Amino acid sequence: MMVAITILIHCLLLVMMPPLLLGVINKTKALFAGRVGPPLLQPYYDLARLMRKGMVFSTTTTWVFRAAPFVTLAAVLIAGLMIPLGPFDAPIRFTGDLVLFAYLFGLARFFTTSAAMDTGSSFEGMGAAREVTFACFSEPALFLAFLVLARLSGTLSLSPMLRAPLTVPLAGLPVASLVLVAVGLFVVLLAENSRIPIDDPNTHLELTMIHEVMVLDHSGPLLGIILYGAAVKLFVLSAVVLHVLAPVKAGWAAADWALFVVEMLGVAAAIGVVESAMARLQLRHVPTLLVAACLLCAFGFLLMLR
Amino acid sequence: MITTLNALLVVVLLINLFVLGSSRISALIQAVAVQGVVLGVMPLLAHGRSSLMPGLLAIATVLVKGSLIPKMLGKALRDAHIKREIEPIIGFMPSTLLGALGTAAAIGLAAKLPLAADHAQTLIVPAALSTVFTGFLLLTTRIKAITQAIGYLVLENGIFIFGLLLIEAVPLFVELGVLLDVFVGVFVISIIIHHIHREFDSLDTRRLSALKE
Amino acid sequence: MSVALIILPLLAAALAAVVRSGRIRPWLLPPVGAAHLVLTMLALLHPDSVGVTRWLALDPPGRIVLLIVSVLFFICSVYSVGYLRYRGELSNRIFCVALLVFLAATTLVICSRHLGLMWVAMEATTLATAPLIYFNRTPRSIEATWKYLLVGSVGIALALLGSFFLAYAAVQKGVDSSLLFDDLLRNAPLLSKPWLHVAFILLLVGYGTKMGIAPMHTWKPDAYGEAPGVVGALLAGGVTNCAFLALVRVDHICRAAGEGNYTGRLLVFMGILSMVVAAIFMVGQRDFKRMLAYSSVEHMGILVLAIGIGGGAVFGGLLHMVNNGLTKGVLFLSAGNIHRAFNGKTIDSVQGAMRRLPLSGTLFLLGFLAITGSPPFGPFISEFSILNGAFGRGRYWVGAIFLSLLLIIFIGMGRTVLTVCQGKPSAAARGTEYRDGLLTGLPIVASFAAVLLLGIYVPAPLDRLLREAVRFLEVRP
Repeated sequence: MMVAITILIHCLLLVMMPPLLLGVINKTKALFAGRVGPPLLQPYYDLARLMRKGMVFSTTTTWVFRAAPFVTLAAVLIAGLMIPLGPFDAPIRFTGDLVLFAYLFGLARFFTTSAAMDTGSSFEGMGAAREVTFACFSEPALFLAFLVLARLSGTLSLSPMLRAPLTVPLAGLPVASLVLVAVGLFVVLLAENSRIPIDDPNTHLELTMIHEVMVLDHSGPLLGIILYGAAVKLFVLSAVVLHVLAPVKAGWAAADWALFVVEMLGVAAAIGVVESAMARLQLRHVPTLLVAACLLCAFGFLLMLR
Repeated sequence: MITTLNALLVVVLLINLFVLGSSRISALIQAVAVQGVVLGVMPLLAHGRSSLMPGLLAIATVLVKGSLIPKMLGKALRDAHIKREIEPIIGFMPSTLLGALGTAAAIGLAAKLPLAADHAQTLIVPAALSTVFTGFLLLTTRIKAITQAIGYLVLENGIFIFGLLLIEAVPLFVELGVLLDVFVGVFVISIIIHHIHREFDSLDTRRLSALKE
Repeated sequence: MSVALIILPLLAAALAAVVRSGRIRPWLLPPVGAAHLVLTMLALLHPDSVGVTRWLALDPPGRIVLLIVSVLFFICSVYSVGYLRYRGELSNRIFCVALLVFLAATTLVICSRHLGLMWVAMEATTLATAPLIYFNRTPRSIEATWKYLLVGSVGIALALLGSFFLAYAAVQKGVDSSLLFDDLLRNAPLLSKPWLHVAFILLLVGYGTKMGIAPMHTWKPDAYGEAPGVVGALLAGGVTNCAFLALVRVDHICRAAGEGNYTGRLLVFMGILSMVVAAIFMVGQRDFKRMLAYSSVEHMGILVLAIGIGGGAVFGGLLHMVNNGLTKGVLFLSAGNIHRAFNGKTIDSVQGAMRRLPLSGTLFLLGFLAITGSPPFGPFISEFSILNGAFGRGRYWVGAIFLSLLLIIFIGMGRTVLTVCQGKPSAAARGTEYRDGLLTGLPIVASFAAVLLLGIYVPAPLDRLLREAVRFLEVRP
């Protein structure tokens, strides 16, 4: 019974909350800039508007272009079902699911970049190349972070792994490793979701875009699905980062869910703060930042080996 | 005490990586200054007993490494009117990766050397070896004279870290003598850098290659 | 006594810094050199009065090094007066101060009985000699000084790490970990072996860099080539010998710990490597000052080889230290004179030195014969002893390689030296104003006389000093 309710709340949050995160980020950035900014629920209104619009397809595109948004959304939703939110178990869990998790993201990325190249536009091809290059650096960081947690918890399943900082007693907690992994994962979060300092989501210059340029040709409901999928990706990765950043537990189920929601909004606000405080890095320096994140996670792992 | 010490040593290791990857020389000088301050605090942590010796050493180290030496290097930098290091032969990113590999090797090597009982949990030996390796890398791969001097400083920092294991064995006045030597060494190096700049109008050590077989 | 030996040059340095006249300042040097020599003789005649604290004392090998350093400094100080008079256009304040600080620092290295103090003093010698190399203020001398400073500082930093490792070898075993040599020697068998091994490698590399053995010798040709002849003589006879002393002391500790085989192998390898590198680079060398630098590399290799072989070769090694120091004095000082007379230091512009400068040219030629091991000069005796010791320990291959390398070096060096000395000087060379004077000629003659004397007969006091040192360094298994 409790399990059914937990799964229900998990699915509800996974489906309903992501656009709210985008809204919080935009609102934080506006407040930092001294503006009032868009309402918190603006992303929902945007999605509703996009669903009502018509679609235009380029003649060079094939089924990949039409299928990509759906595949991306499906992959990210399934990934979202595999991570534990707060101190609760995930609906889908089995040993080795962390590999599936990483490769679901890889699948999503593959289809997005293929759709981009499908249009035959040079801008989109350029964005696709950049996206894949940066993924080469951020995936190892993610895996190394997972390795640290795997070693800490002793299992290879995401649910116990991600909750390890909570369940392992305080004395045996490798704080240095976890701090390093937390910083590394935060950088991965920024990279995967195309946030400053890796990519500016507000830029309108195609030459400087990475993620935005890949979806230039999508319109109407497909664009809406892509935007929604990106928001879910943000939600999922934030939930992962949260486990290492703030492993706290209230004890009582309802309080735990409330705490989780508040913490997610907190992460979104933190992203907003980072976006407001930093400028976007020069493109040739982005690999350096990602390699640094990778090395941080590697260090964390090395320290655990002693 | 030990976990705080280990956390600080991790900070030192991260500064090493930053120093290997950065090209802005003033950032390098500040990073080494921060490293010096962090190192200055460590004698107080490495030995739980509070006594005069570690305290004096801490103050002297923070003063010299955190303030005096960076000031001297900053002055040399301003005299030379340069801001950035030229892309070295190995490249900044490969240097950082090489430094990370060196750190991993240092951790492996340190595991082979037996440690006394109350030092066994600390990261002092791997941190020391890795910092020495970083300093070496900077010295050998960088092109501007002032960055080579910074590499020398990082090398000395690495040796200082190892010295933490020996605070009782090596008497205070020898540690202070070492510190003084580093200070005077950097002083002399700064003077030479000034002369290099005056003579060649640049700090590019590739110009210093007239003498060869 | 050791305190006086160190304080005196420092006071003189302070005095030199305040003296205004550039003509009077060099005259401070010979008296200080003479006083230092007198104090040294007193210290050697009354060995027990030397030790004031446990930290400063003269051990038997140290006495020999102190003797050679003091004698060499005195000879060079007299020479410097003439040299600085000739180079009146440059300010000699830094030169004189640095020279005196150098004397104090090297004395401190020799007298210190504490590993850490010895290190501090060694670093001080690096810092004191850097301004000396830069005396000529040319771009090439800046380059040489930069390389010297950087390579030397890195080497000495590694030596510090090695000293720390050695201290930790004691701490890790819970043994009393003072870094005093007496304590280390006493506790040697108890030290932790892995730490001792790594410590020895680092100390070998570190102090080897200061000595200038291969492959850490890269600063030597540049520094010796660009420095004034006087500085070259002091570097080759003073600093390298001090670094060698440090190495000898460390090797002593390791052998007392039972690691004699390990250290012996490493030392023999480095020695042979140095000689090979020197041989390769000396053949066809056009610059005769750089040639002298490679000769220094070779002889440091010979010293290290002698210690590595052990047994009877140790006597030869210590005697060679004295011979090498004095002969290098002859060579560098006369090379300096030749450089000045011809205004160049390569064999393109320097020919016929014996005609242009009869005294310096002849002494340069005779110095070459001495350093390559011809009888009746000192180095022949010491190299013969080393060879004897090698064969006595059954190291036939090592001895054979040693001999063949000496031969190659003789041929290579001979070509350069004979080209320099023989023939007719060019018209331009005959026009320069330099002439051999009393102050720039007599010191070389004195040094040469000592080398000749040591080749014919080793004086009994010196022989006694050497045998005491050999006995001190022996370790009962």
